[in-house]
Amino acid sequence: MRIVVFVKQVPAVSELPWDAKTGQLRREAAEGMMDPAAKRALEAALRLKDAHGAQVIVISMGPPSAEETLREAVAMGADRGFLLCDPRLAGADTLATSYTLARAVGALSPDFDLILLGCHSADSETGQVGPHLAEELGLPAAAYVEKMALKGRKLTVERVSDGWLETLEMDLPALLTVTARAFRPRPVPMTGLEQAFGQGEVFILSAADLRADPEHVGWAGSAGRIIKIYAPAAQKKGELIQGTPKACVRELMARFGDRLGGLLAKDLSGEEQA
Amino acid sequence: MNQERAIWVVGDYRNYFQNRVTLQLLAKAGELAAKMDGTVCAVVMGHGVEEWVGEYQAHGAQRIYVMDHPLLSEYLPGLFARALESLARQRRPEIILIGATSFGKELAARAASRLGTGLTADCVDLYLDQEGRFVQVAPAYGGNLLAEIVFPRHRPQMATVRPGAFAEMPHDASARAEIIRLDPPAGLSGDGVRLVSCRRLGYQGEDLENAKVVICGGRGLGSRKKFKNLHELARLLGGEVGATRPVVHADWAEEERLVGQAGKHIKPRLLFSLGVSGAIQHTAGIADPEFTIAVNKNPLAVMMQKADVAIKADAHQVALALIRELKARGSS
Ligand SMILES: Cc1cc2nc3c(=O)[nH]c(=O)nc-3n(C[C@H](O)[C@H](O)[C@H](O)COP(=O)(O)OP(=O)(O)OC[C@H]3O[C@@H](n4cnc5c(N)ncnc54)[C@H](O)[C@@H]3O)c2cc1C
Repeated sequence: MRIVVFVKQVPAVSELPWDAKTGQLRREAAEGMMDPAAKRALEAALRLKDAHGAQVIVISMGPPSAEETLREAVAMGADRGFLLCDPRLAGADTLATSYTLARAVGALSPDFDLILLGCHSADSETGQVGPHLAEELGLPAAAYVEKMALKGRKLTVERVSDGWLETLEMDLPALLTVTARAFRPRPVPMTGLEQAFGQGEVFILSAADLRADPEHVGWAGSAGRIIKIYAPAAQKKGELIQGTPKACVRELMARFGDRLGGLLAKDLSGEEQA
Repeated sequence: MNQERAIWVVGDYRNYFQNRVTLQLLAKAGELAAKMDGTVCAVVMGHGVEEWVGEYQAHGAQRIYVMDHPLLSEYLPGLFARALESLARQRRPEIILIGATSFGKELAARAASRLGTGLTADCVDLYLDQEGRFVQVAPAYGGNLLAEIVFPRHRPQMATVRPGAFAEMPHDASARAEIIRLDPPAGLSGDGVRLVSCRRLGYQGEDLENAKVVICGGRGLGSRKKFKNLHELARLLGGEVGATRPVVHADWAEEERLVGQAGKHIKPRLLFSLGVSGAIQHTAGIADPEFTIAVNKNPLAVMMQKADVAIKADAHQVALALIRELKARGSS
C-alpha cells in the first residue's frame, strides 16, 4: 500500500506550542513547526503502516526551512520526504496549490492508494486544499475525519460535520483530511531525529521537476488578487477603567450597574431583596 | 440569459434552525443585487426540500432553483458539488455564495475545482466597489489581518461566508419567488463515497449559541483552575461560558465552548471577555453584542478596543472580585 501525506510547516504562533501543564509557551518550537492537523494525518498514515504495512511518503510545498518538517516526518516513520520548493510556486491560492500538489502526486507516487492531509492548517488555512485536491485527482474523499478502518480495499471513516456524526465508506484509492483532534501523534524519537538530519531521505524539487504548467502554479495560477490588506479596525470608543481589580469592579458597578442590570434583567443595586 | 447577473446562494438547510447563514446570505445578496441590477437566486438540492424552498422564498430569494430528487437524498458534498456544477455551467451565475459551515466549505471547494474557478474562504464582508468589482473581505495571515480580494478573470466568483457576518431579513410570508424545478444531471452520482449512517450529536453548545449573556475566557486567565471560576461567574450572571482556542487546546474548557470561526457563533446581549486578545477568528464568532466588557492587562488588545468598557487589570483577579461583588449584591 502506498500512502501520500501532505504536511505543511506553519509558523509556531503564540498559541499552539503551548504546554498545558506549565502554562508556558514552548519557545524551542518558536520558528516553524509541522502543522498540528498535518501531523495527525501523518500519524494516521503511520498507524496504517504499522497495521498493514505501507510505504509512506510525505510531501510539503514551502520555503527551504520546511525541510526540517519533512525530516521530522521521516524521524516519525515516514519513508521519504519531498519538498516542493521554488519561487514560482510562491503566492499560490488554494486552487494553484491543489494543482501543484496533484502534479506532485502524479510525479512522485502515481500508483498511490491513499492521500492524507490535515483538514485546516493552523496558520491561514481555509480547509479548501483537501477537497480541491480530491477533485483534481478525481477521488472519493471525506474531510474532518476522526476515525478510520481499512478492510481489504474498503475504507470506513467517521467524521463530525456541523454537529452530525457520519460514517462513510469508500474504496481505495481515496483522499481524507483529518482534524487536529484525532490520531494523537507519537513522539519523535531523538535518535530518529538525529538520523533523519544526518542522512534522511529528503529530496527537493522544483516546479520544472513536476512538469507543472507555469500558468497554473503560484501567484500566476491563482484566481484571487489582493487589492488591499490591513489590520481590522477596532470599532468602538469605549471607556477605560484601571486600578486594583476590586476598585475596577466597584467602578464598573457604580457607572454601569444600571445598564448591566437592565441587560441581565436583574437588580444589581445591592438593595435588600424582598 | 447570460446577460443576467445572478447571485446564487446555496441552501445549506441541514441545521436550519441552528444555523441561519443561508438566510443571512440571501439578505446580503439582495443588497448586492440591487447595486448591480442582478437577481438573488437560491439553489436548493436534496430530496423532500419543499419546506426550505418556502423558507428561502420568505427570506429574500427572487428565484429558486430546486433539484428535488431521490438521487440527492444523501447530504454529501461530493454529490452536491456535481449537481451544483452542472447547474452553474448551464445558467452561468456571476457569484456563488455558500455559508462557511463544515459542509458548505467542503461543498464549495469541490464545486470551485470542478468549475475551475477561485474561491475565497471565510469571508467576513462582501461589497461592490466603485468600479463595480465584487470585493471579498477575508482574514489573512493567521487572522491578524484582513485582505480584500477580487477575481479579475475567473467566473463564477465563489466565496464561503462566516455565519453571523450579516443579518437575515425578517420572514415575509407574502413574498413570492420564481420557482424553477430541475432534474439532476443525467446519471448523477457522487464521488464514490457512501453514507453508511449519520446521526445528530447531542449537546453541541446550543445553550451557548443562544445565551443572552456570555462570559468568554482566554489564555490571559492563566490556568485551568483559574478558568473554572468563570463557571461561577456565569451562574451568578445567568450566562454561559465560552472559550478561545488556546483555552480549548490546553484543555481548560471543552471543545463545545470554543467561540469563533472554528467553534460556536454566539449572539449575546452582554459579553464579558476576560484575558482574550480578540483575534479575528475568535471575534468572527461573536455577533454584535449590545454591551461588551473586556478585561485585559494590555489596553491595546483588539478586544479592549472593541469593548464598551475596557478594564485594564488581571483577568483572574477581576473575575474573583466580580464574583464577590455580585454575591454581595444578592445575586446568588
Ligand atoms: C484557521 C484558524 C481558525 C481559528 N479559529 C479560532 C476560533 O474559532 N476561536 C478562537 O478563539 N480562536 C481561533 N483561532 C485562533 C485565534 O487566531 C487566536 O489565536 C485565539 O483566539 C487567541 O486566543 P486568546 O485570546 O485566548 O489568546 P492570546 O491571543 O494569547 O491572548 C491572550 C490575551 O490575554 C491577555 N493577558 C495575558 N495575561 C493576562 C492577565 N493576567 N490578565 C488579563 N489579561 C491577560 C494578553 O494581553 C492577551 O491579549 C483560529 C486560528 C486559525 C488560524
